[in-house]
Amino acid sequence: MNYLILGAGPAGVVAAETLRNTDPDGAITLVGAENEPPYSRMAIPYLLTGRIDERGTHLRKEPGWYKDRRIDVTSRRATAVHPGSKTVAFADGTSVPYDRLLIATGARPLRPAIPGLDLPGVHTCWTLDDARYIMDKARPGARVVLMGAGFIGSIVLEALAERGVTLTVVEMGDRMVPRMMNPTAGGMIKNWCRSKGVEVLTSTRILGIEGNGGQAKGGFLASLFRSKPANGGGALTVTLDNGHKLEADLVVISAGVRPNIEFLADSGIVMDVGIQVDEHMRTSAPDVYAAGDVAQGKDVSTGHNNIHAIQPTATEHGRVSALNMAGRPAAYKGSLQMNVLDTLGLISSSFGLWMGVEGGEAAEVIDTDNYKYLRLEFADDRMVGATAIGLTQHVGVLRGLIQTGVQLGPWKQRLMADPHRIMEAYLARTQA
Amino acid sequence: MSWAGKVLRVNLTNGTCKSEPLNMEWAQQYLGQRGLASKYLAEEVDPKVDPLSPANKLIMTTGPLTGTMASTGGRYSVVTKGALTGAIACSNSGGYFGAEMKNAGWDMIIFEGRAPSPVYLYVENDKAEIRSAEGIWGQSVWKSEEMIRHFHQDPQLRIAVIGRAGEEGVKFACVVNDSHRAAGRSGVGTVMGSKNLKAVAVRGTKGVKVKDFKAFMEATNAAKAILASNPVTGQGLPTYGTQVLMNVINETGALPTRNHRDVQFEGASKISGEAMHEKRLTDGKPNLVKNQACFGCTIACGRVSMLDKTHFSVSNRPEYWGASGGLEYENAWALGASTGVSDLEALTFCGFLCNEQGMDPITLGTTIGAAMEMFEQGTITEKETGGIKLTFGNAEALCQVVEMTGKGEGFGREIGLGSKRLCEKYGHPELSMSVKGQEFPAYDSRGIQGMGLTYATSNRGACHLRSYTVSSEVLGVPVKTDPHVTEGKAELVKAFQDATAAVDSSGLCVFTTFAWGLQDFASMLDAACEGGWTMERLAEVGERIWNLERKFNNAAGFTAADDTLPKRLLTEAAKTGPAKGLVNKLGEMLPEYYKIRGWTPDGMPTNETLARLGL
Amino acid sequence: MQRSLHIDPNKCTGCRQCEMACSYEQEGIFNPSKSRIRVFMFDAEARFVPYTCTQCAEAWCMLACPVDAIKVDLNTGAKVVHENLCVGCKVCTIACPFGTINYMSDRGKVMKCDLCGGDPACAKACPTQAITYIDADWTGLERMRVWAKKTDAGATATH
Ligand SMILES: Cc1cc2nc3c(=O)[nH]c(=O)nc-3n(C[C@H](O)[C@H](O)[C@H](O)COP(=O)(O)OP(=O)(O)OC[C@H]3O[C@@H](n4cnc5c(N)ncnc54)[C@H](O)[C@@H]3O)c2cc1C
Ligand code: SF4
Repeated sequence: MNYLILGAGPAGVVAAETLRNTDPDGAITLVGAENEPPYSRMAIPYLLTGRIDERGTHLRKEPGWYKDRRIDVTSRRATAVHPGSKTVAFADGTSVPYDRLLIATGARPLRPAIPGLDLPGVHTCWTLDDARYIMDKARPGARVVLMGAGFIGSIVLEALAERGVTLTVVEMGDRMVPRMMNPTAGGMIKNWCRSKGVEVLTSTRILGIEGNGGQAKGGFLASLFRSKPANGGGALTVTLDNGHKLEADLVVISAGVRPNIEFLADSGIVMDVGIQVDEHMRTSAPDVYAAGDVAQGKDVSTGHNNIHAIQPTATEHGRVSALNMAGRPAAYKGSLQMNVLDTLGLISSSFGLWMGVEGGEAAEVIDTDNYKYLRLEFADDRMVGATAIGLTQHVGVLRGLIQTGVQLGPWKQRLMADPHRIMEAYLARTQA
Repeated sequence: MSWAGKVLRVNLTNGTCKSEPLNMEWAQQYLGQRGLASKYLAEEVDPKVDPLSPANKLIMTTGPLTGTMASTGGRYSVVTKGALTGAIACSNSGGYFGAEMKNAGWDMIIFEGRAPSPVYLYVENDKAEIRSAEGIWGQSVWKSEEMIRHFHQDPQLRIAVIGRAGEEGVKFACVVNDSHRAAGRSGVGTVMGSKNLKAVAVRGTKGVKVKDFKAFMEATNAAKAILASNPVTGQGLPTYGTQVLMNVINETGALPTRNHRDVQFEGASKISGEAMHEKRLTDGKPNLVKNQACFGCTIACGRVSMLDKTHFSVSNRPEYWGASGGLEYENAWALGASTGVSDLEALTFCGFLCNEQGMDPITLGTTIGAAMEMFEQGTITEKETGGIKLTFGNAEALCQVVEMTGKGEGFGREIGLGSKRLCEKYGHPELSMSVKGQEFPAYDSRGIQGMGLTYATSNRGACHLRSYTVSSEVLGVPVKTDPHVTEGKAELVKAFQDATAAVDSSGLCVFTTFAWGLQDFASMLDAACEGGWTMERLAEVGERIWNLERKFNNAAGFTAADDTLPKRLLTEAAKTGPAKGLVNKLGEMLPEYYKIRGWTPDGMPTNETLARLGL
Repeated sequence: MQRSLHIDPNKCTGCRQCEMACSYEQEGIFNPSKSRIRVFMFDAEARFVPYTCTQCAEAWCMLACPVDAIKVDLNTGAKVVHENLCVGCKVCTIACPFGTINYMSDRGKVMKCDLCGGDPACAKACPTQAITYIDADWTGLERMRVWAKKTDAGATATH
């Protein structure tokens, strides 16, 4: 069997390893579009803070890891998939056949239509290359504007702050991490960040960015500028919809992501926002599977297909798709939307339907002064979602309780009275 | 070193919390916990103060081995001038609170003054905050714990708290931690209440270190093996708890019954440890659910019981149907034999109530016993009791009165005075079975002579935990002595008093002494603490502590005249059992005791003694 | 034969010696908050339940880790956190449906049971044999497996 995997992120790597474990004889090719060993985007913030070096971001570190497992790793960009002929075309002009194909090409950052986004000094934070650029620019004391305080934006926020820059965060939503945190929790995180010296502007839009040489266009000249150090790059002026202007040496954009599916436009594969997959991670094309940020797979909370764009979903997708590709049918019950965030030492997490469901009930405890918060959402006697701030012990059990939909019985009332007894509820209902 | 090295000083009047270094010189002289906190108290508090005035202080204190892997290393004590006695008080408790406090990095918390309005202290490692107890004040121990945990969103908070008894000024209120462990005696909870301090909630995640981990692990492992192979600590206590004693002491003829009128109780077996294992006729379940350990304890003598849901006391009160702290020997005896009640479920229920509202069951049961005697002789009538027929053996009356006392209601307010004040009030001081204002525990000194001297000389009023000569006189540990003989008891009592004072200062539990000698403590302490700890040094530290406490009491106004027993024990002979015909012969022991102690015939430590001990 | 921790809550007295033994073995200090095994107390039922990682086959924590900081110890089968690699992202703590991998704020790393390299300190310290380290077949981990399966259908196929 000849397996081809497009994408050398976590989904692709886990899939390749699972394939090898399940099918000792198949040929496995893992293709990435960046000229790097398979690495983890999630590790980039820790590269920025200096906690790890570039090697620390690599998904597998032992020398010969892929070779030993007979996983052929290459770098080239796929430009088209032809399910009819079972081939993939690459930018270098080659065409590679497959028996089973996995598309795990991930996502890329959105670039909103705002004037000045192409200016030198304006950058996303998504790839290792991006990280190198930001490390160069975000020197201590540099003025940095971060556009977007979503989940990834907030992680980048932490990393930038740790680098000692003067940071201003601009978020158009009415709170931080609006798609992960309710107003109470989002508000708490904002207050915390402000108390730590990071300026956070919510309900604020960036209207445009200007270089000090006027409205510059991207392209050849801009790319020349990019290699220059922070002080030589020229200051930028960021205009906000509240009329204020911010001076900046660097603007980092974190305004959402979009799946890398353009190259599939002519493949006939059914797509929505991302690639539609069934519970076996199959696309509409025979022998073509999809996994990770690019795949719109089943969400265990809603039963609908969603893109979660998170690491655990990517690796689980990778594993389930590989099992199916290798002929071991495995049905995926769906992934759970969940996130954990550390903003300047304040740890927050949310799970599943944290916003609750109609007709459901919620238990909530708030301690504003001490930045502690826990809210559990129930539908009947099952937990369906949760939001936590300041909780670091046994957090995972929230996932367990929600994902398995265990009936809480008498523990529902106990949790309503004291939501912090989650671990006991879990033990009592499943183990004891 | 295994001292945390830090004292938290909380001034409730000013609302301040300050950290200060532990006085390490004193630590070398007084070890920790009981000894060290008594030293602080003696240095800082005028022995003459009214215990309930802001000038009194209250100290919560751990020992150097609290929070370590030494078996039973979870003890903490509350030291203050006792509300019940006016003497120096030190009440010791297990559970998990002490270890948590040590893990938060505190050897001691000293409370000074009085808060203008009810407060509680919240401690999270180095952080300490005085917070309003509005809404919590007025609640039971159990409800308060729940509310505080809920507010701080921390199910792992450990809390020491007073119940309504402590708020209402019940003279024998205790400080309860972990729902059903208590620093019980002498009214330490009353002092806490007088300071408008409802609770102390602690979370500690800093850990506890010892001097030499390797040596310490070896010493503690060896000591644990001794506990496991000893019949008392390895089998008796885990199976029956302290309740293993009920039948034994009854047979010895030393089970004080009906306010010490008798020395044997016909209902003893019905309220014994064995009875707690028996399946009830009503629901086919035994009273006892499980044994529970305190922090780090490899004995696990604690009882956890569940009530018979059909029992009159709780038949329509499901809030009492869950498992909770069951009967130990002392509360089974005090609430039972002392009052002539042999209804195991009623006693268990009363035990729950004691925990729920924070009352010392020994003083409570004995006081009710005294009230029953006065009721039977007509001194107290239904007019005073509000229609309750307070006769010996009346289980319903017992339950009612216990509940009323816990809440400070009706006749309960009278019981809340303790037996000394109650009996004086009704003109029968001789009916109070107490020394220095504190009631006897469950050993009748007519049947166990050494206990008479123990009680008479105890620095916190009548108490078995100051020198448990029962161990020698009844159980034969470390050597068997004759319980009816007075000879040699002065020496025995002194040795027990000194050794116990050292044990109470270590952070470990005195129950280990059924199996451990001072040498075992010394080897663990020496591995944990700087200072070269030997058995001899521990005995010396114990003696120093004893004399320090004595000095405090003498300065507080106690004299040799207070080293005595109620007339009943000295003049009314035991009516039945092996001790039949005996009274306690305190007079034969006391002078010798003073001499061995190096005290004057008036019970004052001589200058030489004080100098020898560095006092 | 691979061995695993067998826990019998009926025997547990709640003394928490296991927690101290664990923190001592792992951190060189007596500190229950650093213990990889925790005793959960059900006071109203007088039940004490020691609980830790069962080294499940699914190893969600390991799978989710972006930097490969959690690896299998081939001798014991334990999933072990390599602190030098861990960046403290905490993804594993939300990925583990059992809640047995925890973040240590003071060190910026996560902690979980590693079976002490094959000689678990908790089992040695337990005075009542509520925790034993025995042949995996005897541990009755079935309940946990059932639970595990519910969490991720993919697991079914790997067994
Ligand atoms: C800064 C940052 C922080 C993050 N933090 C977290 C976090 O804390 N928690 C969390 O759960 N998630 C986090 N994420 C998200 C997480 O990294 C992604 O969900 C995860 O990387 C998705 O994995 P994937 O394998 O699906 O895609 P990717 O990791 O994006 O990998 C895609 C791969 O496909 C390759 N590729 C793309 N196009 C082509 C093509 N046409 N041909 C061939 N190869 C192609 C790419 O080169 C890459 O190798 C973070 C992301 C970023 C950027
Ligand atoms: S916290 Fe450490 S071990 Fe856990 S997933 Fe992140 S890097 Fe891996």
